[in-house]
Amino acid sequence: MITCRTINQGVGMEAGKTSQKYFDACSIIEMHADDFKSLGIWKNTNVKVTSSVGSVIVKAVETRQDLYPGLCHIPMGPWANRIVPAYTYSTGEPCFKGFPVNVEVAMNEPIMSAVNVVKDACGLLRK
Amino acid sequence: MPKVVTDVTCPFCGTLCDDLEVTVSDDNKKILSVRNACAIGAEKFNHTSLPGRVTRPRMRQPDGTFKEISYDEAIDWTANMLVKSKKTLMYGWASTSCQAMSVGHEIAEKVGGVVDNCATVCHGSSLIAIQDVGIPSCTLGEVKNRADRVVFWGCNPAHAHPRHMSRYSIFPRGFFTVKGHKGRKIYCVDCRYTDTARCADEFIQVQQGHDYELLNAFRTAARGEALPDVIGGVPKEKIYQVVEELKGGRFGVIFFGMGLTHTLGRNHNIDIAISFTRDMNDWMKFSIIAMRGHWNVTGSGQVLSWQYGFPYAVDLSRRTKARYQTGETTSVDLLVRNEVEACFNIATDPGAHFPIDAVVSMSKKPTVTVDPHINMSTEISDIHIPVAMVGVETGGCAYRMDNVPIETRKVVDAPDGMLTDVELLTKINARVDQLMGAQ
Repeated sequence: MITCRTINQGVGMEAGKTSQKYFDACSIIEMHADDFKSLGIWKNTNVKVTSSVGSVIVKAVETRQDLYPGLCHIPMGPWANRIVPAYTYSTGEPCFKGFPVNVEVAMNEPIMSAVNVVKDACGLLRK
Repeated sequence: MPKVVTDVTCPFCGTLCDDLEVTVSDDNKKILSVRNACAIGAEKFNHTSLPGRVTRPRMRQPDGTFKEISYDEAIDWTANMLVKSKKTLMYGWASTSCQAMSVGHEIAEKVGGVVDNCATVCHGSSLIAIQDVGIPSCTLGEVKNRADRVVFWGCNPAHAHPRHMSRYSIFPRGFFTVKGHKGRKIYCVDCRYTDTARCADEFIQVQQGHDYELLNAFRTAARGEALPDVIGGVPKEKIYQVVEELKGGRFGVIFFGMGLTHTLGRNHNIDIAISFTRDMNDWMKFSIIAMRGHWNVTGSGQVLSWQYGFPYAVDLSRRTKARYQTGETTSVDLLVRNEVEACFNIATDPGAHFPIDAVVSMSKKPTVTVDPHINMSTEISDIHIPVAMVGVETGGCAYRMDNVPIETRKVVDAPDGMLTDVELLTKINARVDQLMGAQ
């Protein structure tokens, strides 16, 4: 998986990290059409993405900026960073791009808000 | 009468466009419209007038809610935190002015902080490579006026630096590039067919994580040596063809971004990209420029470099000398290993853009975040101190991605009683002096 900036992420970020624009722009995973078929996932439904660090629920969408099968992309932000490994190979740079993930169907699980994703991980979320 | 402020500098990305026109209401309080900016830049200006903006510091209560406090209380709490902590991570600086940085560094020297900027999770690897092999570079003006071969490697300016292509790299007509786009050949190397690739004459799809091999193959091809059939998913014929076309130009430039610095290899990817640039100078003039993200992350590198000799991750906790060792004094490593006692975030949002392990570590320490808006970091901090937006509500010096300093302008007044970064840091500095004098 890779994480990158998208223009919608940038606009959402400047509109406010708690805004709907930011949520819509960043709580997604872009995948290749072949991957939708092989994993049995419907477009625009929720999926659970798991890495060595943890897992996060995001919405699977078909990519506009073509990926090749097997490569997926979550725009930079709290949802992506929930699963980015912090190992830096002594450079200070975490593994933002190029780490293995599992994508599974999770149609009925809700996507958390940006603040809650972070608070949940930090144990600050009050239910 | 609404008035128009011209030649406004945009405080979003490293392109630092300085031709914006902003219409403000006659009481100088509200932005009515923004011209010439990209979608992100316009949103940044319009955002100042959105309702619900926090205008006073807030402190987190035991029940998780935030309570409004005065600036004086917040400054006192912050100064106490800084003085008590033996080693404080002072992270951010990329979205504030160079003037604010110099005050911040003064505080860091006194309290023994680690000053780090966004380069640590962005172009840090590039800076390591530049320290190793140097950099043959130029300004964006030279690119506009001279470049006839432009390579975008692992970057997507169509999304991250939206006006870069129209102001400097693809479309503009310059002194020696009178034909504009038609006179240039544009190449895009990426693992995705990005919107930048759509503007390119040639798209080279590299397998994710194989940039080093491909750049090495480019060097080999430039020297006319033999290559294996396929390198990083690219057939050798294409590599030979692109290198020959590059050699046919007069002035080439590589723009590189996170596609090189974040993938496996990191600084080595940049290292070989710079070496390839150096090789190409045997045939033509060739330059390489890093696509810096935050609008003043370059400025932070500049100020730190002339003060301490290192561009980021400067550890001042030993008081007598500055230390710098990537992997040791870089923010993410410090946080993951729990080596700092407190965190002071200014003008950036590690809560949203650090890997979660580092964020969790930060949330367990006393943390102060200085930022105009509510973001992920403010929500896990003990204190959130809102300030005026630099480049919109106050001026200050910033550096463009090609290390050219540009002065940003004030266009509207900040909400009543709000401090700027410089004012806030100066007050914290004075309070730190008082506390340390009393010890």
